[in-house]
Amino acid sequence: MEEQVLNTAINEDEPYLINMGPQHPSTHGVLRLVVSLKGETVKNVVPHIGYIHRGIEKMCESLTYPQIIHLTDRMDYLSAHINNEAVCLNVEKALEIEIPERVKVIRTIMAELTRIQSHQLFWASYGMDLGGQTCYFYGLRDREKVLDIFEETTGGRMIVSYSCPGGLMYDIHPNFQKRVNDFIKYFRSILWEYDAILTGNVIFRERTIGIGKLSLEDAVSYGVTGPSGRASGFSCDIRKHDPYSAYDRVKFNEVLFTEGDTYHRYLARIEEMKESMNIIEQLIDNIPEGPYTVKMKPVLKLPEGEYFQKVETARGELDVFIVSDGNKYPFRMKFRSPNFVNLGVLNHISKEFKIADLVAIAGSLDFVIPDIDR
Amino acid sequence: MTSEPWWKIFYDFTPFTKSIDEGLRSSMSPFWAVTTEMVIVGILFLLFYAVVGLFLVYWERKVCAFIQNRLGPNRIGPYGIFQTVADLIKLLFKELIPIKNADSFLFNLAPYIVIIVNFMVLGAIPFGKGLHAIDFNIGIFYVIAVSSMSVIGVLLAGWSSNSKYSLIGAMRSGAMIVSYELSLGLALITMVILAGSMQLSVIVEAQRTGWFIFKGHIPAFIAFIIYIISGTAETNRGPFDLAEAESELTAGYHTEYSGMKFAFFYLAEFINMFIVASIASTIFLGGWMPLHIGSWEGFNKIMDIIPPFIWYLGKTFFIIYLIMLLKWTFPRLRIDQLLTLEWKYLLPINLVNVLIMAFLVLMGWHF
Repeated sequence: MEEQVLNTAINEDEPYLINMGPQHPSTHGVLRLVVSLKGETVKNVVPHIGYIHRGIEKMCESLTYPQIIHLTDRMDYLSAHINNEAVCLNVEKALEIEIPERVKVIRTIMAELTRIQSHQLFWASYGMDLGGQTCYFYGLRDREKVLDIFEETTGGRMIVSYSCPGGLMYDIHPNFQKRVNDFIKYFRSILWEYDAILTGNVIFRERTIGIGKLSLEDAVSYGVTGPSGRASGFSCDIRKHDPYSAYDRVKFNEVLFTEGDTYHRYLARIEEMKESMNIIEQLIDNIPEGPYTVKMKPVLKLPEGEYFQKVETARGELDVFIVSDGNKYPFRMKFRSPNFVNLGVLNHISKEFKIADLVAIAGSLDFVIPDIDR
Repeated sequence: MTSEPWWKIFYDFTPFTKSIDEGLRSSMSPFWAVTTEMVIVGILFLLFYAVVGLFLVYWERKVCAFIQNRLGPNRIGPYGIFQTVADLIKLLFKELIPIKNADSFLFNLAPYIVIIVNFMVLGAIPFGKGLHAIDFNIGIFYVIAVSSMSVIGVLLAGWSSNSKYSLIGAMRSGAMIVSYELSLGLALITMVILAGSMQLSVIVEAQRTGWFIFKGHIPAFIAFIIYIISGTAETNRGPFDLAEAESELTAGYHTEYSGMKFAFFYLAEFINMFIVASIASTIFLGGWMPLHIGSWEGFNKIMDIIPPFIWYLGKTFFIIYLIMLLKWTFPRLRIDQLLTLEWKYLLPINLVNVLIMAFLVLMGWHF
């Protein structure tokens, strides 16, 4: 028995392989990273995915379009509403339906609330990745307030399924505007705590500044989108460049940094929460009156052709591509999920850093594993 | 017993312990008397160990709940005070999972080494006037020497579990404890210069006219801060909990342990914290000595009303509270930053501090 222990001694030339995941506290799900180490230094990271593959794209081929909406919730469950919206916008574009203004505005508000709660959870779990467990409870405390708003209006807290082709499932709750206003007032007043606990902390800054640098060229060539890409200076905000829903009528800044390190990926998300609140404030008090949905045919059949729609989820660019053969089911459906593409850059930016930095870098890319595997 | 009122015992345990000793010696040979005393003290320490351990686990959970806007344990007993007892019972009945290819002898030995080291240090700590198991004349030296042995248990645990996470955790902990021992020792040596003795009872007695942190003013205060930092590192607690960094190494050196053996490590961490806080309170804050200010007789009399061991516990738990606040507010350091902090900042500051203290004592500029 002693022999076996001794046999595991580290050979100078052989990489010291450790398995992070699929059951590991810092991979936020069932991501498996096979890490080659030399001492504490990361030499290579090989992500192994597929542990939560459910074949959503294939399942879509045997479901009608209104049914597909409910599957998209389960991809990036933190951007559930934005995923719904992407499919809805694509189907509406294909059917050439004019959507009421009210629907556009409500969808935008819901999408921004979704973005806020997603970034709140990012902040919470990022603190925990770095070993500060208090952040987790502060983040969740505020996230609950957004989820309560969701629950009141949509009936679901995380998996909302609120949009449907042609509009919304149901109208907003009478309290909606008041509660959203209250939340924004509350959250603005409490955001300094986030900075006090984490952003301004000496240890946190030491741990993140200059770690996992992603250059603009690499961000573009790897296709890293969302806050992670914008932290490197890659201007990739779909809301700005290719506005959908009500984004063309609101003023907001695209959060851009040039440093591209872990700290700025974190900062980009904090700044985005503030921008999201600005967007909501511009819309919440003048939601246009009107119907919350248009009358749709009971069976939706998309005309033959290929349809494409892109939206900005909390993690980056989500593309929905539908090939229709004129049937009530799509012939082929493809999602370009932001997390899958962002995962590709992990090995590139975490080489030659310490194993603790690997956790920080992976955390700052903010993976949602079901979105990677679909 | 003398004619003193019974509650006087809380102020000075010496007559009480003396009378027991005399009673034992009169009824049996000196060898058996000492053996009996050792057994009694051992059982008392076992009880003390369990009670302090359970209380600290409960208190830690309450403090972290307070910081995190939660309630903490609140179901079993009033305010959940029996939660840790329930946890202990659960751990006692848990299966000890045998690890394939682990070096079973060392694997089983490791938690006991950690526990034994804890006991050895506890023996040298003065808990109150007369509540002092062994009063070495090299007390501080003994404490530093023995407490640094706990790293052997941690290294053994990591090595023998034959798990890669455990091994990394153990190596980190080894690098960390060996480095921080230096600061810890130097911070204590700074105070030894001021006290002029290594005997803990003498050190406490020397603080009758004022605690050392006030007597030695600036260098003593610097030494206190360095001691708290390196003491936190010594106990493997956050922000220095690299050895068991759960977001990187799942649980570090005790990943493979289960049931009661895991509980030993868990308990040992808390007792370690208690020991570090005890020594800090003894050396810097006067141990069981009440707060005395020079020649203010009236003030000193009033302070003397509170029994010494209450003072001792109060100071110790205050320092434990400080260490807990540190853990629950800061993120974790990285291993290279940790070593940089020690070798590039704490150690040079410490060396200069020792010089300043020596100069201060030489010139008689302390209070």
